[in-house]
Amino acid sequence: MNYLDGFRNPDAAVALTARIARLADDLARQGCQATVMEVCGTHTMAIARYAIRDVLPQQVELVSGPGCPVCVTDAGYIDAAIELARRGIVIATFGDMVRVPGSQGTLADVREEGFDVEVCYSPMGAVDLALANPDREIVFLAIGFETTTAPVVTLVDYAIKHAIKNLSLLVAFKCVPPALAALVTDPEIRVDAFLCPAHVSAIIGEKAYRPFVEAYHVPCVIAGFEPLDILYGLHEILRQVSRGEAAVVNQYSRVVRSDGNVVAQRLMATYLETVDVSWRGIGIIPGSGLALRASYGEYDATCRHAIEVSSGTSDPGCRCGDVLKGKIKPPECPLFGAACTPLNPVGPCMVSSEGSCAAYYRYARG
Amino acid sequence: MCLAIPMKLSELRDGGQGVVAMEGATYDVNLSLIENPRVGDYLIVHAGFAIEKLDRAEADERIQMFEELGAVNEE
Ligand code: SF4
Repeated sequence: MNYLDGFRNPDAAVALTARIARLADDLARQGCQATVMEVCGTHTMAIARYAIRDVLPQQVELVSGPGCPVCVTDAGYIDAAIELARRGIVIATFGDMVRVPGSQGTLADVREEGFDVEVCYSPMGAVDLALANPDREIVFLAIGFETTTAPVVTLVDYAIKHAIKNLSLLVAFKCVPPALAALVTDPEIRVDAFLCPAHVSAIIGEKAYRPFVEAYHVPCVIAGFEPLDILYGLHEILRQVSRGEAAVVNQYSRVVRSDGNVVAQRLMATYLETVDVSWRGIGIIPGSGLALRASYGEYDATCRHAIEVSSGTSDPGCRCGDVLKGKIKPPECPLFGAACTPLNPVGPCMVSSEGSCAAYYRYARG
Repeated sequence: MCLAIPMKLSELRDGGQGVVAMEGATYDVNLSLIENPRVGDYLIVHAGFAIEKLDRAEADERIQMFEELGAVNEE
């Protein structure tokens, strides 16, 4: 038997759904409800795929958060990448970034103009490009949350140790815990608890959420991506909410350690420092970004190629910002499914396979 | 995008590299972010890197708990 079947056991799903319903009744008796935000795009996809919203009682609302790294990357970042490509620099990137609209056009457009935009499955693909093209400059688009940051920093480490001189990074790394704080302090947003990302937590560890929970008294439950992981995580969240408790609970102990991945953390601390960074549709969140330390400026594309990253402009009709903050569900955007579809995306939330708009389009229409 | 399913390490190679297998297909994986990788380990792989190992004992304990939960429900 595949061990994953153990996390898809239908009898346990029925039992958990019944327990969730009982906790929701408790909430109803107290005259409250619970809005739970899933922060991670892969959770968003899993929740849509397994139709988890359909089994939840009405007192429990699940909203999607800003957990799609491509979606929260500013239009101005894409503009800078396009500008670099037009200067004859080879852009190396994860595939999802190619179709994300900047202020004007996408990297796919510049590729059609004949400039070099290469898709890498692993950041180490950028090393291969640098070695294969010694007379060209390569810029790797270094975006992502902690899960992606760790592999990309390994690329920096490798390039420095092997004296690869024609490779630099356009860095826009983002960190999850400061974003949680920005969301709960936004008066326009209601979030009672977070279903915390599985693999970001594998890097930062359970401990990374404790200061947040102590400061804001909001439950944080780390869950895996299987249906029982998510149901059990929601059960734990409702148990806490109904009792007015708030704690960090790790329901994904088969992967997430209390201290996280210490090797990755050490590497990140060596090369990166905390900065304020802008999130598309949300704005600047203090201390929510990681940038290369000044001593590694040679590997920082903004220094090496003297380019500035502005915040850029997005299509005024696109409501990605409200979607990323959990203020609206994708179908509430007037462009959803009409002017904006995965084949013809207006905003990043429809481009990325883990964007909320793409998840709703694929699984939850009609 | 996170790969939700762990992959089994089938081969160790030089330079901190390895090969993982899933559903008959194999992929190269960089092992530099995890400690003591061993053939047979189940790994969480992201962007071509193993970022953590699956702890089988923790997984089995949780599966057992779900089985008990489901069984109680049927009575
Ligand atoms: S449906 Fe399209 S236009 Fe509307 S918020 Fe989503 S990505 Fe933006």
